[in-house]
Amino acid sequence: MTKPHTFEKPTGFRDFPPPLASKKRMIEHRVQTRFELWGYQEVCTPTLEYYDTVGNASAIPEQKMFKCIDREGNMLVLRPDQTAPIARLVSSVLKHEPLPLRLFYHASVFRAQENEAGRNAEFYQSGVELIGESGAEADAEVIALAIEALQACEIRQFQLTVGHVGLLDGLIRERVDDEDVRIRLKEDLGRRDVVGFRERVQHLNIGEAAKEELLSLPRLIQNRRHLSGLASRSGSPVVLDAVRYLEEVWSHLEDHGLASYVSFDPSLVGSLGYYTGVYFEGYAAGQGFPLLSGGRYDRLYDSFDRPLAATGFALKTDRLMEACPVTANEPEKVGLFYHPSAKKQAIEQARRMRQEGRIVVTHRLTSGKKTARYAGIYDRLLIIGEGGVQDV
Amino acid sequence: MSDLTIAMPKGRIFEEALALWRKAGLPAPPDLDADSRKLIVSLPGANLSFFLAKPMDVPTYVEYGVADLGVVGKDVLLEVSRDVYELLDLKISPCRIAVAGMPDWSPPLHPRVATKYPGIAERYFKEQGQQVEVIHLNGSIELAPLIGLADRIVDIVSTGKTLRENGLVELEQITTVTSRLIANRASYRLKNELIHSVCDRLAKVVQRGVVV
Repeated sequence: MTKPHTFEKPTGFRDFPPPLASKKRMIEHRVQTRFELWGYQEVCTPTLEYYDTVGNASAIPEQKMFKCIDREGNMLVLRPDQTAPIARLVSSVLKHEPLPLRLFYHASVFRAQENEAGRNAEFYQSGVELIGESGAEADAEVIALAIEALQACEIRQFQLTVGHVGLLDGLIRERVDDEDVRIRLKEDLGRRDVVGFRERVQHLNIGEAAKEELLSLPRLIQNRRHLSGLASRSGSPVVLDAVRYLEEVWSHLEDHGLASYVSFDPSLVGSLGYYTGVYFEGYAAGQGFPLLSGGRYDRLYDSFDRPLAATGFALKTDRLMEACPVTANEPEKVGLFYHPSAKKQAIEQARRMRQEGRIVVTHRLTSGKKTARYAGIYDRLLIIGEGGVQDV
Repeated sequence: MSDLTIAMPKGRIFEEALALWRKAGLPAPPDLDADSRKLIVSLPGANLSFFLAKPMDVPTYVEYGVADLGVVGKDVLLEVSRDVYELLDLKISPCRIAVAGMPDWSPPLHPRVATKYPGIAERYFKEQGQQVEVIHLNGSIELAPLIGLADRIVDIVSTGKTLRENGLVELEQITTVTSRLIANRASYRLKNELIHSVCDRLAKVVQRGVVV
């Protein structure tokens, strides 16, 4: 590789010039307000973690992590997600805090992407974790909060799709005995390869009716009736439990008045082996990529020797910035030019105007300094001199 | 904005896909033919719009959501890893990806493979435990063994005519290929009913085994 130009950045990393930075801050501020009103508290964790602890526990595969070595020779990773570091934090520093814990974060996460142009290696997430609370009501709470967060960003026309790991596993397990095949089927769905899934089902040595049931899995279930239909055709307690659970989540969301934003899809799969129950993704019209994802991950805390039920979600801040139609509302920006003799008055004037919430930048007027060339920077130009303040 | 935007691949697959589309009773553009210079055709009555793209680019358009649906060969999906829903095997443009070489090919000391599909080739030879140098070419792959750039090629074979004409034979088959209907992740959710109805109608035609 040749030496990079002085202006270059490592592949997949970005700068945020002021308009982008202010939009990011606005999004974070809006969702943070919602998070806080629901009782969530902010935490920050280090950018670097041990590979053996957080890296190992993370849902992100090892080949997607940035790694480096510290002075003692330990392997470190740039935090690949925020959920695993928070699990470490809750299992150590917050060990004696009463449960459940409601925590939120704004952080960038790092993923080494295959040499693919346009995919970010560092991207921003804002998210919540509800730790030490199992049950449908907790899942419904984070889904409701996810919807509120999207509403807070004024996202028009969005939808959350909810799946359930146990439901899918139960439905497949009922009809397929071979564990290898079961995993393959779930991997097909995880890769969104419906064609591969169908082919595998067609080649299974099972009855036609069972095949039909499996083939109909990649269909959205829009309402509760369909969901109970799934249960009525199944004798498996795992499936019945999952259906009952989802029905409970659904009815909580109805109580929140938010059920219309949600649909169920039994074939929706998150990271295999990580999520343990409800899993969900959020989409908005005109946006090709999901705006958020989350779910229940009751086994992660085992890795930190503190078995706890947990659920949460992460908003993809970069996607939200694109989807959010609002631009940050900046206060009036004033350029205040003063004659050297009126410096004190200028400072006093600027202080007053800042108290009123205006942005004020002061400039000393020297011979030859043209105020006109500042017209593009400020909303308003003021000159302050012996004779007082006047607009330009 | 149209209810559905569909990315169609220029070239080989296009005619067959369009014929299938029409057989399924789906509104298809009358004047969109492969020679047309026009890139985008809208059907306002049906709220559909089509555009033509390089086959390799179809999954990219769909992944980013500028197209809700796309038609593309499995070869392309295997080559470019894009996060899209693969909804339906349209069973059109059947062919295979194969390793080909001279009839008297024997493993050389420094095996070289020329291909339009470096990703597929790398993965295949790695899985076979073979150490080869993969050379990426953009076309006329058959030329490579003839002039000594590579001793083998990895390419699409449908009838085998091109190989024969160049004195090459198929040595190993990597996989079979047909065209697929793909969908954007968000569109699949937000336009679910519409996409499923298109998918179901196409599936019926495909199932009837209509050879186009």
